[in-house]
Amino acid sequence: MAYVPIADRGQEMSHPHSWVTKYVWSQDHKVIAIQYSITAIAVGVVAMVLSGLMRLQLGFPDTFSFIDPNQYYQFVTMHGMIMVIYLLTALFLGGFGNYLIPLMCGARDMVFPYMNMLSYWVYLLSVLILMASFFVPGGPTGAGWTLYPPQAIAQGTPGIGAGILLMLISLGVFIVAFTMGGLNYVTTVLQARTHGMTLMRMPLSVWGIFTATVLGLLAFPALLVSAIMMTLDNLIGTSFFMPAMVSMGELNEHEGGSPVLFQHLFWFFGHPEVYIVALPAFGIVSDLISTHARKNIFGYRMMVWAIVGIGALSFIVWAHHMYVSGMNPYFGFFFATTTLIIAVPTAIKVYNWVLTLWRGNLQLNVPMLFAIGFIFTFTHGGLTGLFLGNVVVDLPLSDTYFVVGHFHMVMGVSPVLVLFGAIYHWFPKITGKMFSETLGKWHFWLTLLGTYSIYLPMHYLGFLGVPRRYFAFDGTDFIPASAEAANVSITVAALIVAATQILFFINVIYSLFYGKKADPNPWGATTLEWQTPQNPPEHGNWGDELPRVYRWAYDYSVPGAKQDFIPQNVPPEAVEKAE
Amino acid sequence: MSESSAGNDITLEQGLSGIVEDWAQEKQTFHVPWGKAMMWIFLLSDTFIFSCFLVAYMKVRASIVAGWPNTSEVFALTLFGHHIPLILIAIMTFVLITSSGTMALAVNYGYRRDRSKTVLLMAATALLGASFVGMQAFEWTKLIVDEGVRPWGNPMGAAQFGSFFFMITGFHGLHVSAGVIYLSIVAFKVWRGDYEQSGNYEIVEIAGLYWHFVDLVWVFIFAFFYLW
Repeated sequence: MAYVPIADRGQEMSHPHSWVTKYVWSQDHKVIAIQYSITAIAVGVVAMVLSGLMRLQLGFPDTFSFIDPNQYYQFVTMHGMIMVIYLLTALFLGGFGNYLIPLMCGARDMVFPYMNMLSYWVYLLSVLILMASFFVPGGPTGAGWTLYPPQAIAQGTPGIGAGILLMLISLGVFIVAFTMGGLNYVTTVLQARTHGMTLMRMPLSVWGIFTATVLGLLAFPALLVSAIMMTLDNLIGTSFFMPAMVSMGELNEHEGGSPVLFQHLFWFFGHPEVYIVALPAFGIVSDLISTHARKNIFGYRMMVWAIVGIGALSFIVWAHHMYVSGMNPYFGFFFATTTLIIAVPTAIKVYNWVLTLWRGNLQLNVPMLFAIGFIFTFTHGGLTGLFLGNVVVDLPLSDTYFVVGHFHMVMGVSPVLVLFGAIYHWFPKITGKMFSETLGKWHFWLTLLGTYSIYLPMHYLGFLGVPRRYFAFDGTDFIPASAEAANVSITVAALIVAATQILFFINVIYSLFYGKKADPNPWGATTLEWQTPQNPPEHGNWGDELPRVYRWAYDYSVPGAKQDFIPQNVPPEAVEKAE
Repeated sequence: MSESSAGNDITLEQGLSGIVEDWAQEKQTFHVPWGKAMMWIFLLSDTFIFSCFLVAYMKVRASIVAGWPNTSEVFALTLFGHHIPLILIAIMTFVLITSSGTMALAVNYGYRRDRSKTVLLMAATALLGASFVGMQAFEWTKLIVDEGVRPWGNPMGAAQFGSFFFMITGFHGLHVSAGVIYLSIVAFKVWRGDYEQSGNYEIVEIAGLYWHFVDLVWVFIFAFFYLW
């Protein structure tokens, strides 16, 4: 049977007409992407404010009467959970996944647009449930973002009533939303690509988002199961995770539960989650670097295999988060080994980015600056990860600020830099307007240098043995005065970085209304989303005819061609020869 | 299938690169409709949910200090004066496996566009599924009312016995109930002739995939919870 591309089978598209169906109950992947992004960024701002409050307490203890220890722990918990799940996961997959997958694969939309729409609204519901926990009696949970039992639901932890319950319910609802969206992304990439778009011609952004979504579909079940079990422990008094113990002078009513079981389930989700956030960042940054270096990505096939390999390995390293929980030394050996093996494909990626930059025609515009900044912060965070992957090094460092510095470098700053770079890169496509380069550059330099002045000193604090999670450091005589000075400087830097983000919002909002009209392909990029008939693309993306793909996504500076890029949909005979 | 015997001298390396080449062709990765591909991926994800439940149960079961109740005693019924261990569970399992058979037949008749037989067999499947849930309700009632088993404790031994029992069978029961509703809706639409225009009865097979999955999960629950 001859191959009939499924995207070509004449399915009538009914275009929405009213404002509500176009922009609110929209089934268009581009509108859903923007809805996802706005919600994620809004909730991210909340988390950023929380981190500012935490830093105020750490930098200037005994100064702010409105932050008490309970609130501090609530800020820590909510900051972590919001940033990791409700901002990064949602923005990379719900936002960029939704926007880029159909456009880059040459599809008209996701395969099941209605389910895609539901995915957003269920996500919004989960965010609202989470935000509601700020307003219930007792406030949000203060269990730490990992929600370890027994303290997550034991007497004495802030928010053990409604707070923890709303957190667990919100996570469950988020997983439902993610599953509906994720099934769509995976099926679209596998089944709905246009003519000629083979898997090995896909841009790395799509590869990263696709692999991350597969990871999500296989990792979130563990979080769902642990959330269900903890909810039952909390609500009806089962003892899955809760051992018999005395807390606040009272014997609790549980018996025989296993707290370590929760840690295993949580980190079986938690470690792939790191790569759910990192792999889309890897993919997107590859495209940014290649486009703005005017050079094909170095080692495309290896980049693809590295993404897939990292994704597969991420499922067998989870217990390196649990060295301090205690385990059989052979297990520690196993998990340390697998953890260090992940460094191999990751290093391949970093080398390939650098080799793509090597002797490229670098365009140091805003997206490129963010992409290069990412290489620095990611290498930095990755190297400290090698320290922590070893059991003997991890044990003394695990409960110190070294971990905070490592984690924020590799999973906080790095993906966020990519997100900013990606927003600047695709802003002309999404809005049809250009942003201000000057403001963008200020935003970049202040953010990059600011985050370095936040997180580099944290490694030093870690070596001094400053414990993380502490509200105040009274009575810890081994901590020298220099640590306090470092804490003050970190706080000042954090506040400056937080304030810097206002530049970003001003830039986006101002450019949206008053920016000058953007060229349909301002960067000279090859991928399909820049070749749409309208800018920004309309519902259905491609007008009457689907694009046909003749080449991979990285034909930059091809020798003998007139232009320094050849879009994917240009047939070989149509390439203009250089004189 | 004469080709497969000729393919014996293909090395593993050639086979692997063949798979990669095949997947990297200019086509859909899997030669199935979108809905079916999505159902397969969903079931893979759902497999991980049930695996997490079962692995958590095994971990607790293996390390628990308090004694685990003897399941063949707990789930025994006295029928006609005979004390038979696990009899209800055996009947439930039989019913559910039978429903997989009727479902497979429904898929077959769907592709033959024999609407009345398809509807009949799907209704039978849903009915068997509903009776499974009914027997589960009976089992739960007996445990809760007669034997005093609660999610947080029971007179027979480790508290986690009840916790895992109600959680895992409850989660599976929800899947069966959802499946009964799903099958009823699809059966109704087949009866109404919704798919006559396109002549495409893949939806019956997609519903069938879900149903077989729920049955398969039950086999694992049966083996690990009741027989262990």
